[in-house]
Amino acid sequence: MEITVKRGGLLTTVQDLGRRGHRSSGVPLSGAMDPFALRVANLLVGNAEDAAALECTLRGPELVFSADTVVAVTGAVFAGVPAWRPWVVRAGVPLKLGPVQRGCRGYLAVAGGIGVAPVLGSRSTYLRAGLGGFQGRALRDGDVLPATATVRRVGEHWRIDERILPAYATVPRVRVVRGAQAAEFGSALRGAEFRITPQSDRMGLRLGGPRLLRIGGAVELVSSAVAPGTVQIPPDGQPILLMADAQTIGGYPQAAHVVSVDLPLVAQLRPGDGLRFEAVSLAEAQELILAQERSLALLREGLLEKIR
Amino acid sequence: MTFTALGDAAVVVALGSGIDAAGLPQVRALTAALERDRPAGVVDIVPAYATVTVFYEPGRLAGIGETPHDRVCRLITERARLLETEAKKHFAKPARTVEIPVCYGGEFGPDLEEVARHCGMEPATVVQAHQAAEYLVHAMGFAPGFPYLGGLPAKLSVPRRATPRPAVPAGSVGIGGAQTGIYPLATPGGWQIIGRTPLALFRPGATEPALLRVGDGVKFRAITPGELAAWK
Repeated sequence: MEITVKRGGLLTTVQDLGRRGHRSSGVPLSGAMDPFALRVANLLVGNAEDAAALECTLRGPELVFSADTVVAVTGAVFAGVPAWRPWVVRAGVPLKLGPVQRGCRGYLAVAGGIGVAPVLGSRSTYLRAGLGGFQGRALRDGDVLPATATVRRVGEHWRIDERILPAYATVPRVRVVRGAQAAEFGSALRGAEFRITPQSDRMGLRLGGPRLLRIGGAVELVSSAVAPGTVQIPPDGQPILLMADAQTIGGYPQAAHVVSVDLPLVAQLRPGDGLRFEAVSLAEAQELILAQERSLALLREGLLEKIR
Repeated sequence: MTFTALGDAAVVVALGSGIDAAGLPQVRALTAALERDRPAGVVDIVPAYATVTVFYEPGRLAGIGETPHDRVCRLITERARLLETEAKKHFAKPARTVEIPVCYGGEFGPDLEEVARHCGMEPATVVQAHQAAEYLVHAMGFAPGFPYLGGLPAKLSVPRRATPRPAVPAGSVGIGGAQTGIYPLATPGGWQIIGRTPLALFRPGATEPALLRVGDGVKFRAITPGELAAWK
């Protein structure tokens, strides 16, 4: 089966759960900015949850499938497009995602997955190095994507339990654990509202708001690993919240780290939206991950009967 | 050995402090020990200067009465028992020495003159000093295949450019503060560019995509523009 890209959209890339095992060579994780939405989109169409799907940013693509296909769209919400459930797109009938109504990044999973060749063990696109995905770049008008024709029947009359979805909002409360240099910034990160500036992309979000200055002067730090979720503070005091395509090591002080289960909230923010940080303990953050894994396991089991 | 959580899915194991070559054997020994006997659920092991960061999937390290963080720290500690002996025995010397041909100055090293002026030397002396030194790869990062090299002679230390260049060509060899490095890909960059290598530092198709790895020794060797152009 083929997927013809009539319109590429604003920034549509092939993503999976990222490129593991190559950070020691400086290769970023990449993968979906909102990994929860990607995993659920895949489960809804009967795929392995780490299959490659399309991450559609702010304005989605227009696609034509060469065979009847089951798809699911999760994450950002598009006008007139069913959200968080599988449905059938007929061969030759264009699927238009258009502008997002809520959120920033939608995930379009296709039964069988997007069939681009893996690079270093992942189908994710890392734009800065032109690595992986479809020719290492965002989709353009006229591209033709390979996909496996996979016939699956979808049961009707059911909905996903919305209680398992992240609490997406335009000014979410985002939980963080302490960073290695947290003490040097006192309580400046907590409580205040930060804005997402336009200088934000898949590498990281630059936050506007109160400037964070180090207490007791700047000690030069030696570079060490950073991760998606790391809130680092450059000398200008405006935090950078690192995301999927972030570099693997960095030398700026680390004030905090967004907990894994709240990265989807950050991934769905647009420039102009805001966020507030709230501190939790490491043990709480890890319990949240385990709880999310349990709900996804339940969803996976429940879907076994509904998708064949 | 100290453990600091890097968010809720990674832990930084600190083995010393500073850009300290003496720490590198231990960093390599711990990295090797973890790679040899990788705990289930560990997805990435990232050595850098005096730290080794271990990325893991908390869902796969859940235990009873033990957080995934505590568990991964315990598994790392178990594998680090013979660290100091191993470091002295097997990791005291560079794993190998990689020679990097460089065409210095001219269009390939637009900042060489400026670096020479800053250091109060002739450009040829800068080139000679840069080549004479032996470097060690302390970390990889910033971009795929980018080596952070220690061992730059102090007299060649030059501040970064006030305004970064919007595009530095792939293969550019630069100096940034007390460090020297090579840009594997065309990216924006603030280092002073003194030359260019024809070698590919990052080859996504290869089994081992990065030319260099932490612990490698590096030597630079001057080549002519003709040799650069003819390099396959």
